[in-house]
Amino acid sequence: MSKKILEIKALKREFIMGSETVHALRGINFEVDAGEFVTIMGSSGSGKTTLLNILGCLDKPTIGNYFLDGVDIKSLSRDELAQLRNHKIGFVFQAYNLLPRTTALENVELPLLYNKEISAAERRERAIHALEAVKLADRHDHTPNQLSGGQQQRVAIARALVNEPVMILADEATGNLDSRTSYEIMALMQELNSKQGKTIVFVTHEPDIASFSSRTIQLRDGIIQKDSRNENIRSAKEVLENLPVTDDY
Amino acid sequence: MSFVNLIRIALKALQRNKLRAFLTMLGIIIGVGSVIAMVAIGQGSKQSIHDQLSNMGTNMITVQPASNLNGGVRIAGASFQTLTAKDITALKATVKNISELSPSVSSKGQAINGALNWPTTMSGVSPEYLDIRKLSLRDGIAFTENDVRTSAKVCLIGQTVIDNLFPGGENPIGKIIRFGHIPFQIIGVLAPKGFNAFGQDQDDILIAPYTTVQKRILASIYYSNIYASAIDEQSTDAAVAEMTQTLRDSHRLRSFEDNDFTVRTQQELIATLSSTSGLLTVLLTVVAGISLVIGGIGIMNIMYVSVTERTKEIGLRMSIGARGKDILMQFLMEAVLISITGGVIGVLLGFVSTQIVTLTLGWPTIVSESSVVLSFVVCAVTGIFFGYYPAQKASRLDPIEALRYE
Repeated sequence: MSKKILEIKALKREFIMGSETVHALRGINFEVDAGEFVTIMGSSGSGKTTLLNILGCLDKPTIGNYFLDGVDIKSLSRDELAQLRNHKIGFVFQAYNLLPRTTALENVELPLLYNKEISAAERRERAIHALEAVKLADRHDHTPNQLSGGQQQRVAIARALVNEPVMILADEATGNLDSRTSYEIMALMQELNSKQGKTIVFVTHEPDIASFSSRTIQLRDGIIQKDSRNENIRSAKEVLENLPVTDDY
Repeated sequence: MSFVNLIRIALKALQRNKLRAFLTMLGIIIGVGSVIAMVAIGQGSKQSIHDQLSNMGTNMITVQPASNLNGGVRIAGASFQTLTAKDITALKATVKNISELSPSVSSKGQAINGALNWPTTMSGVSPEYLDIRKLSLRDGIAFTENDVRTSAKVCLIGQTVIDNLFPGGENPIGKIIRFGHIPFQIIGVLAPKGFNAFGQDQDDILIAPYTTVQKRILASIYYSNIYASAIDEQSTDAAVAEMTQTLRDSHRLRSFEDNDFTVRTQQELIATLSSTSGLLTVLLTVVAGISLVIGGIGIMNIMYVSVTERTKEIGLRMSIGARGKDILMQFLMEAVLISITGGVIGVLLGFVSTQIVTLTLGWPTIVSESSVVLSFVVCAVTGIFFGYYPAQKASRLDPIEALRYE
């Protein structure tokens, strides 16, 4: 049995809006093992974003427990949560969220600046490795506005990899990209998952994207509607190769 | 987060907006620059007043008749006649802390040389007067004790009087001029001293033995002033005390009676004038200080806008592991870097503008170290004080909301 990265037990999250209580998550249970590639799907209002915030240690459950790599986040303070995010989670956002007018290398180094155990030399070395892993080794000195959307997202993925997290948490990471670039990003994700054994949790609302993962969790009205293993995982690399070559650019 | 990383992060954030950072600094630059320049100008003028007064002799002591009650009528000091030869004798006999002593009388009148005339003042003094007042002769000789004894009709002449009575540039030594119907032979020419701090022409003067002026012009036995020199600057106060006691004894004043004279030192005058220019320095500094505060408010304003504008960046930093404290320190560091860099540029600007003032206007200036140090401290404090509120706002943002901020 492989190691559990995520363990969610009877998790509920409620928001008080004036006099009303909104039940965003109504009792969720699931576990994710190391090396899994999980997509979380759901339409808007399904509690997807709330779950993502909790998985990312940006928010805490109202009731229930969430163990990340064996740590119960309920007992942690704001600062301890920040440290946990720094050490264990790599975020990839829909809007890339790179710092403007800052080179790709510096953007990738960013999480390590908040980890005082890492020296300047090590920080640089690890950032260079992370950029190599996303095949952007030749773009160190490019600022975000000199990079395409796909390249920017790859810099963001490198930034998520650089602190060697136990889990990469992607939030609609392909939402701003065209389908070809989306497949490129998914191919990269699959490669990181299969070759480096990275655990990936990918939040999306596109079934097409979910078909590249090993497991899909469907959310609806704050509960898990369906949690299924994907028997027939598509390879993004093959899809990419089979795409008709367009010359309309 | 280590301090080095903190500075690195803040510097990079400032580098992304160089022009804005510079414009924000501008308030501080101008504030510090003007503090340095204002204080330098104020200190310079204070020093130049002090120098001028020292030129008149810092250990000089003057005695003047004071206003007093005379049968219920108050009489102005100048017209009150209390200082006589008896006082001079008493002072010479008892006061140990003075080295030189000279009575002084003066008469205003027309000095006449042939067809030319000029209104001036004749001072009647003893030969020591030249030493006491730090006057020197450019040409000729001074009168002597013998001239005093014989009430000799000799005088020393100032440059302004020469210019008006001897416009052709002829040598006035040995010439006879008339003053108050009395012919005087010019035996010496005073070295020009120029105007004093009060705008008086110190060269518009004739100096003669006091006996000559008293007997031949004023027909009076009273002195209008007594000038004395203390042995050195430190013994001035002791000399004043001694002189006051001697004069009280000499005037037979009983213990409950007020002095009928005043003893003044240059120190008092220096202190008075210094405090005037000191007040000016304070005023200029306050004005400059206000501009520094305005500079600080500028920083606060920009940092505030910057926090709002960079909400998403703050959200990102928090999501990848920055604690509230890290964000607080980053923004605080940015504010302090802005204000301190502004301070450095401001100090340089202050130096340069001070030099320009000195070179173009000829005003004396002194850049004091204390004003440089003070401006620096104020800058750092301004940065922390005005940067704290925006930084705190940034640190308290909720990462979820900050990330979604558009």
